[in-house]
Amino acid sequence: MVPLWWYIVLGVVLFVIGAAGVLLRRNILVVLMSLELLLNSVNINFIAFGHYYDDFRGQIFAIFVIAITAAEVAVALGILVALVRNKPTLKVDDVTMMKG
Amino acid sequence: MDQAFFLLFAAASVITALTVVLARNPVHSALALMACFLQISAIFVLLEAPLLAVIQIFVYVGAIMVLFLFVIMMIDVREAVLQRFLPGGNLPALVLLVVLGFEMLALVLWSDRFSVTEPVAMRTGGEIRQLSTTLFADYLLPFETASVILLAALVGAIMLARKEPR
Repeated sequence: MVPLWWYIVLGVVLFVIGAAGVLLRRNILVVLMSLELLLNSVNINFIAFGHYYDDFRGQIFAIFVIAITAAEVAVALGILVALVRNKPTLKVDDVTMMKG
Repeated sequence: MDQAFFLLFAAASVITALTVVLARNPVHSALALMACFLQISAIFVLLEAPLLAVIQIFVYVGAIMVLFLFVIMMIDVREAVLQRFLPGGNLPALVLLVVLGFEMLALVLWSDRFSVTEPVAMRTGGEIRQLSTTLFADYLLPFETASVILLAALVGAIMLARKEPR
């Protein structure tokens, strides 16, 4: 059997890679894809703990995470299409219209 | 046997995840992300969660990545290809990432909570039946909330992406 901490370490590695993509890349599309990577690493943790402690709630939470991710991606890409229609740029540091 | 498969899938998923972050072209990033999701669904199969593996392939590879590729085709990505990373402000983010990674790894490796090698109890058959019974009985309200959130996201995405009526 694979020990539990292998899965946790895999989740940590994928989380750090995804966080690097969110923090360091400047392309909005790649930032959104890195967010997907973050949520997937969390899903690995949920399912690994659910499997090793024999609990269905891990899988159920993973299902909810996947559903909310689908909603988030749909809204984010809608906002992105509306943004590109108004201002043709894909760089995160060019989009400061709201002075955030 | 399990360990060899886990190492294979984990190595492939880490390599494709690095490709997602490091590739210059967003199309390459999207395809590498698709490969990464396939590896992660194989890891779900190793964790004896076949339903989640199938949902992962359907939702992520089938729906989300196709959505990404459609948007990439709608948008001109050529001007964004040239510059890869944020020009300034790299150092604090890098330090933050390294500290975060080392902290999580230290917590995982030093704690004895994660040194479980065998599942506490081996499950019997009828796993998906039990899972769906739990999902539709105990978690009915969150399930309905998720469906309403999906509907709201559908309507919101259409409203955001359509052209302004003249």
